[in-house]
Amino acid sequence: MQPVRIHNLQKSYGGIQALRGITFDVQEGELFGLIGPDGAGKTTLFRIITTLLKPDSGEASVLGKDVVDEYNAIRSSIGYMPGQFALYQDLSVRENMNFFASVFGTTLEQNYELVAPIYRQLEPFENRLAGALSGGMKQKLALSCALIHKPALLVLDEPTTGVDAVSRKEFWQMLHRLKAKGITILVSTPYMDEAKQCDRIALMQNGGILSIESPSAVTRQFDRQVWSVRAGSKYRLIQFLRGYEHAESVQPFGESIHYIDYRAGFDPADFKQMLERNGFQGVQVQQVAPGIEDVFIRLMEQEETYE
Amino acid sequence: MQSFRAFIIKEFKQIYRDKRTLLVLFGMPIIQMLLFGFAIRNEVENARVMVLDRSGDAVTRQLTGKIDASRYFTITGQLQRYDEIDSYFQQGNVDEVVIFEEDFARRLERGERPAVHVVTDASNPNLAQLIQQYSSAILLDYQQRRAPESRTGLTTRVNMLFNPQLESVNLFVPGLIAVILMLVSALMTSISITREKEMGNMEILLVSPLHPGQIIIGKVLPYLVLAFVNVLTVLALAQWVFDVPFRGSYGLFLAESLLFIFTALALGVFISAKASDQQTAMMVSLAGLLLPTVLLSGFIFPISSMPQPLQWLSHIIPARWFLVIVRSIMLKDSGLLFLWKETLVLVVMTLGFIALGIKSFKIRLE
Repeated sequence: MQPVRIHNLQKSYGGIQALRGITFDVQEGELFGLIGPDGAGKTTLFRIITTLLKPDSGEASVLGKDVVDEYNAIRSSIGYMPGQFALYQDLSVRENMNFFASVFGTTLEQNYELVAPIYRQLEPFENRLAGALSGGMKQKLALSCALIHKPALLVLDEPTTGVDAVSRKEFWQMLHRLKAKGITILVSTPYMDEAKQCDRIALMQNGGILSIESPSAVTRQFDRQVWSVRAGSKYRLIQFLRGYEHAESVQPFGESIHYIDYRAGFDPADFKQMLERNGFQGVQVQQVAPGIEDVFIRLMEQEETYE
Repeated sequence: MQSFRAFIIKEFKQIYRDKRTLLVLFGMPIIQMLLFGFAIRNEVENARVMVLDRSGDAVTRQLTGKIDASRYFTITGQLQRYDEIDSYFQQGNVDEVVIFEEDFARRLERGERPAVHVVTDASNPNLAQLIQQYSSAILLDYQQRRAPESRTGLTTRVNMLFNPQLESVNLFVPGLIAVILMLVSALMTSISITREKEMGNMEILLVSPLHPGQIIIGKVLPYLVLAFVNVLTVLALAQWVFDVPFRGSYGLFLAESLLFIFTALALGVFISAKASDQQTAMMVSLAGLLLPTVLLSGFIFPISSMPQPLQWLSHIIPARWFLVIVRSIMLKDSGLLFLWKETLVLVVMTLGFIALGIKSFKIRLE
């Protein structure tokens, strides 16, 4: 049985379509990621999966139960961590933990072993009020609270947003440990670099799914060469390349620019000379392996041209 | 059941931790009680009255004597001419001037209606109005004793019958209880529920084995206890600090108060089901509940002196009915037999608000 089955799901707010026909399944024990910019519809999708919203049309079942008719059965067996997980700021770490454990009909002691890797880091601050914790600590406490009742499915809405790089890394390590225990995890993130950590990722944009692949398949499928271009003035280079007749895609990427050319017989040496003729200095052109971000941006651009 | 108990414990802890709110909740009844009791007194004591007696006969002398004998008035002197009145008022030496028409006694014999002019200093309108009411009451009383069956154009106020000392402290206690209960029950409940929504906790509470009904009851229960403590505080202060008479049954009074607390809690739940954030809930509670409770319930302004549309409007204010009930219990020792109508109105309102609140409480986010 697939823990999450979604077929042609649609949802609108007012006149705006938040989800336009989404279909995907999540396999048992899978770490499934939803990647997409703000406003892509990730939170709406998660709220339908967690029975907090009703879809306008289409079907969604979680752990074999329908999200509309059998919402009560779903609610007690999933763990959910909303985008802004509100711990009770005026309760201590331990009190928050005990509260969520009791509400879900268990105790911290009973499932301690499950949350231990995370919660052990919080134990020194057990009596501190949750409001006084750092951002990363808050996320860890929130994850512990969402996990305490040993859910069969864990739904995490942007758990690493607003968390520092070290904590983000720790957080993903924790997700892998949970996955090893057989918990199915559905996670969303706006960070492309986190996508590599998932078993499969769905790229979302404007309420639709652009592709569902494993991270390596996503980049392997990419049929274009990506060139990393550097020159003295990055801003002027972008302006110039966007007006260049053979350019298919020009995207700033950290210090450099990721450039894709239309032509089949693209010659980097010619290209470099051409740039130097146009007054750029210190030009470097290097081929790079396409990343998920390159794929995503290209898919987004294609989507826009189709529309 | 375990989750419900955990939820209630959490609620009490949160209220207990929030020291500022706690101080307001327990301090407010005491401060309001002392304020209304000591500072805002609007009864008359020894108002200075001057008499301009143009007839000087037995009847007017008798009336003057009656006014002087009342503990609310002291006759400070006689005037001879109309044009003296202005200057006395301007110097602030007098609160009221009573003018008897010429041939007062003779006209009365003949069955005419001789006029008594009562002039007051309206720079303090409340006081002026009170003085006028008091003096007309004295005059009316004389008239009725003299010829009980004759009808005059004067009217008396009903509330003076049961508050013969005319002490405002007796009248404001029931109103104050209504205001405090509205504040604690409706306002605090609606804020506390919308806070869960605003902070995003409601999402998790909904996706938990907690039944929506349990969430509501868990939210409401602490404020039920708090509100009841407040009722007892106000009652204790009224009894021991202000010697307000309490003639009726304590059991009935507490039961009716509990009923009113339920009304207010149901309103709070209803508001929080509709409002999406704390600020909206607070504005709606203050403007939609507290103001009408203060202004339209008869707490400060008598309902009978309101314009007709406002009188109609006052029927849907729960505090109006509660005030009638509590005033009757405290000052008249009325039993349920006399108050069943008002009580029934409150019961129906409460059930209606509870039904509305449950109906509009969402099991989902939309």
